[in-house]
Amino acid sequence: MQVPAPFEYERASSVSEAIALRERLGEEARFVAGGHSLLPMMKLRLATPEYLIDINDCTELFYINEEAEEIRIGAMTRHRELLESELLAQHFPIFRDAEQVIADPVVRNRGTLGGSLCQADPSEDLSAVCAALDASCVIASTSGERVVPMGDFHVGPYETAVGPAEMLTEIRLPLRPNGSSAYHKVERRAGDWAVVSAGAAVWMTGDGAIADGRVGLAAVGPNTTNIEPVRQALQGSAPSEDLYEQVGAIAAEHCSPVTDQRGTAEYKTHLAKELTKRALRTAVARVTSTTNGAMTNGAG
Amino acid sequence: MQVNIVINGQEVTEEIEPRMLLVHFIRDQAGLTGTHWGCDTSNCGTCVVLIDGEPVKSCTTLAAMTSGHQVTTVEGMEVDGVLDPVQEGFMQCHGLQCGFCTPGMMLTARALLDQNPDPSEHEIREAISGQICRCTGYSSIVRSIRWAAENGTPVSLEGASS
Ligand SMILES: Cc1cc2nc3c(=O)[nH]c(=O)nc-3n(C[C@H](O)[C@H](O)[C@H](O)COP(=O)(O)OP(=O)(O)OC[C@H]3O[C@@H](n4cnc5c(N)ncnc54)[C@H](O)[C@@H]3O)c2cc1C
Ligand code: FES
Ligand code: FES
Repeated sequence: MQVPAPFEYERASSVSEAIALRERLGEEARFVAGGHSLLPMMKLRLATPEYLIDINDCTELFYINEEAEEIRIGAMTRHRELLESELLAQHFPIFRDAEQVIADPVVRNRGTLGGSLCQADPSEDLSAVCAALDASCVIASTSGERVVPMGDFHVGPYETAVGPAEMLTEIRLPLRPNGSSAYHKVERRAGDWAVVSAGAAVWMTGDGAIADGRVGLAAVGPNTTNIEPVRQALQGSAPSEDLYEQVGAIAAEHCSPVTDQRGTAEYKTHLAKELTKRALRTAVARVTSTTNGAMTNGAG
Repeated sequence: MQVNIVINGQEVTEEIEPRMLLVHFIRDQAGLTGTHWGCDTSNCGTCVVLIDGEPVKSCTTLAAMTSGHQVTTVEGMEVDGVLDPVQEGFMQCHGLQCGFCTPGMMLTARALLDQNPDPSEHEIREAISGQICRCTGYSSIVRSIRWAAENGTPVSLEGASS
């Protein structure tokens, strides 16, 4: 029987209460959101916090809102809401693509966006999604808020920019014209973690070139949620199969998967390339279809 | 710490250690052993119960986190001797063999039908995709849930309209 080591339980009903508790209880305290990463780790004694601060009553952190230039998502928004949100599907189809294959529907009833990003597991799909979308993270403490771009949020595997007396409260996704996105994942069976997955977001110019594009990979080692050379290769290029091939190869070069029960390093490197190509192809096709074919797809 | 969980409409108040998982609270404190406990790793879904009407894996939830909430277990599906149509469907269509996965499967089915009274086979398969059955091959479970969709008014709704 797996049972966590003993700890004290506190419940916070607001962000200010949660942060105050965190500040008072110090380094040995952890927030519990959905608990679907933390509790399994505690059951295996891979995590042994002395205090758990339950933030499920922080109702102010459950939302998906559209502002003038961005979509804002509260940290406690659960996978299920991300999957079902029409607003997200309309602006960022990558979310629905990814959420359909993150864990299973029962896990998705509990797991949260904030928990996924803070877990900082290199296999976490939403880190790749948020990096592809050029998201930024709002981190709150008793002295106010700071906004950290996704590129600086993950300090290393299982390590984030959120300090011991801080809390992730919101994720912001910039709304830019003429863009779309897609996510492709290979898993061994329904509900499993990725063997490899790749997300892509592209924004196009009026004449059908890629103004900006990003690719985020999951499950192929650290620092693969936003590969800078991929971005450079996409910028200003006309979309074509050759381009996807070239960018796929760059993505594959920049990952460092390990052989495990989900597959060999070689197979995962192959998938990184192939899934990058597929994600880019889908994302570009989605831009062209939403602009009613007004733009050339540049393939010919 | 003291927790207070309403299980199948009945308040259960107990003094527990904060680290107690909901599945053990339900089985050992409340004595409701219909909720099964299998993989202990959030994978098999036999421990699924409804928290405020939503299916959740109770081996991956603290009893403390559930304090103040409503839990439904398989024992709460039958009301005054009348089976929930999902239970009836599992009987009619042989939705179980050994029965180990059955409580979790039936509760997920109940939550699905509450949201979507006429689910397609695909929607049913998706809803139960986080739950493993080693016996039936799933087809009879899907048929059982379809049976409930076609033949049943949930007991809870019947009660509400009378
Ligand atoms: C069977 C199973 C399959 C899964 N499959 C996948 C999958 O395919 N893809 C995938 O991406 N994920 C998968 N997951 C993980 C799932 O998405 C988790 O829900 C998610 O990783 C963590 O979210 P949570 O809300 O449960 O976080 P928790 O477990 O509650 O917390 C995770 C960490 O983040 C910290 N934290 C949480 N919220 C905050 C906050 N607001 N501010 C600061 N720190 C915070 C916690 O202290 C903890 O350290 C799976 C999980 C299970 C159990
Ligand atoms: S015992 Fe909870 S999912 Fe298997
Ligand atoms: S009936 Fe035996 S596991 Fe499903």
